[in-house]
Amino acid sequence: MTGTTPASGLHLPRYLREPDVTRTPVGFPDYRSTGLRAPLRTPVDLPHRLTEITGPVLGEDRVKPEDADLTLRNGGEAVGQRILVYGRVLDSDGRPVPDALVEVWQANAGGRYRHVVDVFPAPLDPHFDGLGRVMTDSLGRYEFMTIKPGAYPWGNHHNAWRPAHIHFSLFGRAFTQRLVTQMYFPDDPLFGQDPIFNSIPAAARHRAISQFRLERTVDNWALAFEWNIVLRGADQTPFETEDDGDVA
Amino acid sequence: MTIDPLDVPDVTEPYQPLPGRSRSTGFLTEPLRLGTSPSATVGPYLAIGLTWPDGTWAADEGVEGGIWVRGRIFDGADQVVPDAMVETWQADPDGGFPSPEDPRGASSYPGFRGYSRVATAQPPGEFAVHTLKPGRVPDGEGGLQAPHIDVSIFARGLLDRVVTRIYFADEAEANAEDVVLRGLPEDRRATLVAEPTQDGYRLDIHLQGEHETVFFAV
Ligand SMILES: [Fe+3]
Repeated sequence: MTGTTPASGLHLPRYLREPDVTRTPVGFPDYRSTGLRAPLRTPVDLPHRLTEITGPVLGEDRVKPEDADLTLRNGGEAVGQRILVYGRVLDSDGRPVPDALVEVWQANAGGRYRHVVDVFPAPLDPHFDGLGRVMTDSLGRYEFMTIKPGAYPWGNHHNAWRPAHIHFSLFGRAFTQRLVTQMYFPDDPLFGQDPIFNSIPAAARHRAISQFRLERTVDNWALAFEWNIVLRGADQTPFETEDDGDVA
Repeated sequence: MTIDPLDVPDVTEPYQPLPGRSRSTGFLTEPLRLGTSPSATVGPYLAIGLTWPDGTWAADEGVEGGIWVRGRIFDGADQVVPDAMVETWQADPDGGFPSPEDPRGASSYPGFRGYSRVATAQPPGEFAVHTLKPGRVPDGEGGLQAPHIDVSIFARGLLDRVVTRIYFADEAEANAEDVVLRGLPEDRRATLVAEPTQDGYRLDIHLQGEHETVFFAV
């Protein structure tokens, strides 16, 4: 079987969309910045054609070995609790996403980002820049060493604090699969007051929370958290027959 | 069947490429539906993780036919959004994609990557992408799409990316045939059409307001 049919010329996969009840909305009233930014009109459905089912190949040339250890920068060791963060990148039909670029960024142990607009008066760490990059292996696995980020205040509401989190960016293989997300830590007492966390529909919030894994802690060195990331998978039904009318 | 993404079976076989695969080529023997990971905002500090020195170059500097596609992003108060990230993805001038997911095969067009990632930085608060004008690609319904660029916008205040397309004003004939443009009300099509400039094209994007850009659910 090939990916083409004579009738339509092309026979393309359709990437499944997370249902509304578990998909994070673009805007969320309690997150104030969404007010003037989240589009107000209903988005127009865009069937998946060639531009949507293809995507850039971003390879190893963007990643250096030291990018997988955020605790070592500028010739010294970052302050904070060392943690190993690991997991797998899959698509929603359980297929691993291999050789995929994973980019992460985060605050330091005190909750401060190395960024000009972060004015939270917690100290910067000369040995922590908060940037990491890794590639998934042939089975979709990734891991990196970092320090546990601190919570930080952000002014959205009185005494607003972001729960500790690590930002993740992933491409998958198709434009349709692009994902920017945040990983949280188990049992964070700040979840209840955070509108960014709570913008995730309740039924899907647990997907954003990593799990503590004693068995992967590094003896005398680092704690470990597992977080599996699921990108959109393709509907395989069109591949069952050659002429089911599903066109690109 | 939905399974908790935090607790999925171990993987034992490498991924099989999408085109031409059948249900039985996966490592799982039955369909599995994992809930996808929730999207989240890039926040205000995206520059730490997502800035690439070569991000602007969808096509290499100096390549024959290179154009600059520029624009600004406006919020609902008509203020320029100074902290957004724009990503673009498009076909090469022959209508091919440098992607193994293209069922026609990955194309390889000299000096062309097809992908850009740029920030809107002040001043002047605009994004600028160096690229080649895309060719027409099949629409899968027997016709050809007009030249277009797929665009994702990420920013503080957007919990998910928003997706739009850039078309070109000097492609009136192709635009009139385009399956996506044809599906839009006439008065809204203009929000996707970039105007020629001295060195390329320009299109401002409005997240909200009277001129709100057409955004797509993909
Ligand atoms: Fe953050």
